Amino acid sequence: MSIINTGFGSRRRSSRPELPPGQYLTHDFPVLSAGPTPRIPLDRWSLTITDEIGNRTSWNWKEFNALPQEDFTVDIHCVTKWSKLGTTWRGVSLDTLFDNVELTSDFTMIQGYGGYTTNVPLQDLLDGRAWVAHTFDGEPLHPEHGGPARLVVPHLYFWKSAKWVNGIQMLAQDEPGFWEEAGYHLYGDPWREQRYQGD
Amino acid sequence: MAEGRWETPTARTLVLDIPDWPGHLPGQHLDVRLTAPDGYQAQRSYSIASAWVAGGRVELTVQRIEDGEVSSYLDDILQSGQQIEVRGPIGGWFVWRNTPEPVLLVAGGSGVVPLMAMIRARADVRGRQPFRLIYSVRTPGDVLFADELKRQVRDDPGLDVHFVYTRAAPDGWPVPPGRIGVATLNTYGWPPDFAPDVFVCGPTPFVEAAANILVALGHDPKTIRTERFGG
Repeated sequence: MSIINTGFGSRRRSSRPELPPGQYLTHDFPVLSAGPTPRIPLDRWSLTITDEIGNRTSWNWKEFNALPQEDFTVDIHCVTKWSKLGTTWRGVSLDTLFDNVELTSDFTMIQGYGGYTTNVPLQDLLDGRAWVAHTFDGEPLHPEHGGPARLVVPHLYFWKSAKWVNGIQMLAQDEPGFWEEAGYHLYGDPWREQRYQGD
Repeated sequence: MAEGRWETPTARTLVLDIPDWPGHLPGQHLDVRLTAPDGYQAQRSYSIASAWVAGGRVELTVQRIEDGEVSSYLDDILQSGQQIEVRGPIGGWFVWRNTPEPVLLVAGGSGVVPLMAMIRARADVRGRQPFRLIYSVRTPGDVLFADELKRQVRDDPGLDVHFVYTRAAPDGWPVPPGRIGVATLNTYGWPPDFAPDVFVCGPTPFVEAAANILVALGHDPKTIRTERFGG
């Protein structure tokens, strides 16, 4: 049953085929975070992939920046309904990060400075679909938006693109992260409008 | 919508009768989806302003945004007796759960809405937790829930409200209009030693500024919950 709202729609925004259902276009870059913005000094920054039995692969800031870098342009979709099209980033593909890591598990928990977590299936991080980005729109990524570096997984709602990322824990089974625990969808595909549990 | 009530010339409270509403916690929001006669749809999230009373109504207070296609419909076109599609409650983080800690609420503009739900919930359960609200608004005329806040502060020694006026202050106000700063949060907030639960809600620059100051004053970042809106 759909309710028709007579008188609504006269001030509508232009709809575009690049927009998933229920999303609207924004030209700003809104900020969504559960708490204060952490400040991470670059000389104390690190990124670590940990497999199920505790083997760790780590990079400090210098090592991370020495990895092959990619420029990429993607559309991003926030579960709070805004989308931003054609955003430009620079960073390291997860394919590069996982190059020497044995792929033994199907799931991951992404961890960020400040305690944030979000779960992403491993296959969604691979095959050119995810990056750890340090540059947005030609500038170092601002702390509000997740700098020094954040995950970017543009084919999922943007809460999956963890800000201030510092760890990827491989898991045998899928587990909810921070927002997933609070009622948001375990997977979060914007094209299937998987906003909340049960969608 | 059972009734509508103007809080200021640009913000209206929608009192909703929602059959089978499961109840909500103060701080949660709901999604509104509007459908035009030709099938065009738009969705937005709105914070719930009311505390939940079993079998009761749900109130949203909607600040009209310039060029806001949904907020302008909700404030200016929707009439009592008409229906809108809602979904919720949503969110399990930015909520007050009637815990014993003192509480500091920091509101920027219409960011006061979910914080008002917390103040109302505390009043409903006759909570003894000391609450402080620091509420930043442009002018005295922009204050939402002004009479209710005044009444609650008068009747309840456990609730303090301090206003910060950014554009125009009332006659005789001791300080010129200005943004929230270290001195405000230090003077009218709780000391970090009290380990209060802190809720900050407002436009992004406001929340960034307030949360950064609170961390600098020594509050544990894990005790500071934030909700940002706008670009």
